[in-house]
Amino acid sequence: MADEVKPEVKPEVKANDSIDLRGVMCPTNFVKTKLKLESMEKGQVLEVLLDTGEPIQNVPKSVKEEGHKIVEVNREGDHFKIKIEVSE
Amino acid sequence: MDHFVEDKGKSVIVELEGESEKINFDDLKSGGFIKQKQKDLFTVRLRCPGGSMPTDKLVEISKIAKKYSKTGEVHFSFRQSLEILHVDYNDFGKIVEEIKGVGWQVASCGPRVRVPTACGGCSYNPNGLTDTQGMANMVDEKYFGNPTHHKFKMSFSGCPIDCARTNEMDLGFQGVISPEWKEPLCTGCTICAEVCKEDAIVADPDTGKPIFDEKKCIYCADCIRACPTEAWVEKRKGHLVRIGGKHGRHPVNGSMVAIFIPDEKVPEVIERTIEWYREKGKRGERIATTLSRVGLDDYKKFMGSTFEGYEVPDHLEGIIWQTK
Repeated sequence: MADEVKPEVKPEVKANDSIDLRGVMCPTNFVKTKLKLESMEKGQVLEVLLDTGEPIQNVPKSVKEEGHKIVEVNREGDHFKIKIEVSE
Repeated sequence: MDHFVEDKGKSVIVELEGESEKINFDDLKSGGFIKQKQKDLFTVRLRCPGGSMPTDKLVEISKIAKKYSKTGEVHFSFRQSLEILHVDYNDFGKIVEEIKGVGWQVASCGPRVRVPTACGGCSYNPNGLTDTQGMANMVDEKYFGNPTHHKFKMSFSGCPIDCARTNEMDLGFQGVISPEWKEPLCTGCTICAEVCKEDAIVADPDTGKPIFDEKKCIYCADCIRACPTEAWVEKRKGHLVRIGGKHGRHPVNGSMVAIFIPDEKVPEVIERTIEWYREKGKRGERIATTLSRVGLDDYKKFMGSTFEGYEVPDHLEGIIWQTK
């Protein structure tokens, strides 16, 4: 495509903090993510490790609904590493 | 099933709107009074479209219920109404007046359009795709109490989880959104393939980008909600229309007759459907019976232009009834 719009998301966004939620069930994983995000400053990036299945199905949707931006997603075997930019 | 007043022909003297009146038990059903097994006692069913009520009204209604219920009890009906139990028929006039006084209304039973039911919908449920509460209020305001051959129940579900059981309504409306993929915005993160519970989206093993098979899609829009880069967008949004479902002693699954019906077209669907039912139905038969007697094709033909452009794709019936 000639006028292809390049996605804004660039790989390897630097994270300010991280939280490993592998093995943590829904909705606790979201609540923990939310609490962490609330302790951070606007524009900072949180790295979250989430299992495949329900956690990756639910947490990104909820994070988006809270108004934050998911800036990077990488699958690493049986889990995902997502990076979230704090909106407020 | 609703309780029907069994003592047909029997009547009682009741004080209504300040005057003593002879009331037939059969007439009471139309006013939302349902005879109980206990002598002289009735259940008073309130009109609660979508099962919602502001808390200040609930407080006032509670006071009325406490005053008139002989056992101090209410029951949440299967159609989301609040029912005040064990009310003496001699109190009908007073209780109706007090309910009106706090700005609320009594429901109805019998052969007419009932109070519509609805889930939370898009106003607060994250899964909700359509404004089910708004639609239920609109339908209640416009069509409640309209006479039909038998009871006529409608409901609104906001998504394919179908909590409002549109499949077992005389006429049901379930929220649907079809997704469209915008390749330039896609980063190949594979979240959409992970969230798709229907395996309609699989990630390309090389690029991570989605391969979409619409023949497996039930239009829940999870992909749109989950996509971090808005690469999945809404293509069509509206209601999946089901007709002729019912529960009861002989339950019937509804038939899907139209999809992506927009909000503003819902009144037309209801009006035309009731018109067909009145014309083709017989007194005392549910629309499910009329449909099985006259034929679904006759109904679809009658609906004609109303459903034109809103045809249900062939694949949907098969995948919805899959056991998962």
